[in-house]
Order: sequence, then C-alpha cells, then structure tokens
Amino acid sequence: MSSAAVLVLTASFLASAVEAVEALTIVLAVGITNGWKTALLGVAAGSLVLLALVVGIGPGLVQFIPLSSLRILIGVLLLIFGLQWMRKAIRRAAGLQSLHDEEAIFARNVAALGTDPNKNDIEWSGFVVAFKGVFLEGLEVAFIVLTFGADGRESFLPALYGALLAFLVVTVVGIAVHRPLAKVPENGMKFVVGIMLVAFGTFWGGEGIGVEWTLGDYMIPVLIAVYAAAAVVALAIVKQTSASRAALAGKAGA
Amino acid sequence: MKYITGFAAFWYDFIVGDSVVLAIGGAAVLVLGALLVHWDMRGVAEVALPAIIVGTLGLSLRS
Repeated sequence: MSSAAVLVLTASFLASAVEAVEALTIVLAVGITNGWKTALLGVAAGSLVLLALVVGIGPGLVQFIPLSSLRILIGVLLLIFGLQWMRKAIRRAAGLQSLHDEEAIFARNVAALGTDPNKNDIEWSGFVVAFKGVFLEGLEVAFIVLTFGADGRESFLPALYGALLAFLVVTVVGIAVHRPLAKVPENGMKFVVGIMLVAFGTFWGGEGIGVEWTLGDYMIPVLIAVYAAAAVVALAIVKQTSASRAALAGKAGA
Repeated sequence: MKYITGFAAFWYDFIVGDSVVLAIGGAAVLVLGALLVHWDMRGVAEVALPAIIVGTLGLSLRS
C-alpha cells in the first residue's frame, strides 16, 4: 500500500469514527427510550437510503465529469470541509466554543423522546430521529469517501476500508459499553482530520488547475506538516487573544 | 416551498457551515491558483496555494 493510500485510509477512518460516535449516541438514546426495534429499523432505513445515494451518485461522478474538473470540485469541497473542521477544532481547543459532549447530547435526546411504556411497538418519532442520525452523520462520511474515491486513483478502496473499519470499531465498542462513547477525543480527531482533508484538497485541487507539484505525491505529507504547524500557531494566537480579551474585560468590570 | 427551503438550508449548512469566509476562501484560492498557472507562474502557485489557505483559516478565526 502506497503512503498516499495509508494517509487516505487514516483520514477516512478518523473522520468516519467521529461521525459514527455521533450517530451511535443518537441511536442509543432512541434504543433506550423507544426500544431497540424502533432504533434498529431507523438505522436500517438510514443506511439503505445512504447506500442508494452513494451507489447512485458515486460511479456517475467518475463517468460523466472529466477528471480535471472533478479534481477541482473535490479540491474545493475538501478544502471547505477540512477548513471548517480545523476552525471548529481550534476554537474548541481555545475554549471559545463548547466541546462536543456526547453525554449531554444523549441526555437531551432521551429527555426529548421520553420513555415509551410499550417498547415492542415501533415509535415513529424515535424511528425518524434514528433515521436522521444515521443518514446525516453517514452523509458526511459518504461525502469524504466519495471525494477521495472520485479522484480516479487507488484511493477509493482505502477510503472505503477506513470508513467501514471505523463503523465496525464504534459499533462493537458501542454494543460492549452500551452507552455514549464520551471518552473518544473527538476534538483531537477533528483537528487531525481537518488538517488531512485540507492537505488532500490542496493537492488534488492544485493538480486540477494544472499545478505540477515538484515533490509529486510526497507533497501530501509536506502539506500536512505545514498545515499542522499553522494550526498549532493559530491555536496559540487564538488562546492568547482570548486570554487578553478576558483580562481586559475583567479590568473594565473591576 | 417548505421542502425546497429546507433542502437549500440543509446544503447551505453542509457546505458553508458557520463560516462564509471559509466557503468563499476555499473556492477563491483555486481560482487564484488557476490564474497563476495561466500566467505560467506554476512555481509561485505551489507556494501560494498553501499560504493563502493558511491566511484564509486565520481570517476565519478572527470573525
């Protein structure tokens, strides 16, 4: 397996694990409140619609859009998506935005759904919540796998394997612990994945517009290192700025 | 109409998220890169692309 394929697999695994943990939290809340029949039916329906979408759109992308145009499209999407993840992770790490709290989300969902006294019946409101949870979180994963796969290189299978492995690991751990996976370092994973998506977005987008990278595929790890360094510096600046603002506000209040 | 609005809102949230700067910056950086390539400044584009992307991230963190 090439170094680029390993990087794609890692990025896909981490991104999918983050989304799978979020979907698991919602499904667990539905299962516990409305019964497992409702939750699993929602999971099955959400997965089927997602699969149909991926199978329907995926091959068409490669067949009908020229590769250079596709690379530009992939590049733009990966850049936007990756930069969003990086920004969110930096703001969360700096304390400007609350961390993703699976326990709180779980409690909120349980309270909203209420306990169904007859858990053997299908509760349609719970079904919709489980369906949406799986479909929407899965859509982000499908987006990442499709964009990696649509590059037309040997990237689709590593991306797909990474996503499948993540879902397998999260599902097995979720079944074993039977509660939200609150200890997963979601923000750290988002930070790493964001950096990797931006690096791939730069590389493929650049190739799409005609940039010939001097280092070839080895430019990907270089870009990862550059963006990681930039993210660390950005985090330090954001932390320092927010601390200065807090100190100023404290002085003004005193 | 309700469904069309909902559909548009979903994709807006999915692509743009909570920072318009990143959505515009992500697309603009490749447009700028394409112009550099067009003007035969490929070497400059190789350095400019990551630099502008880092700048875009910095700008989005200020807002």
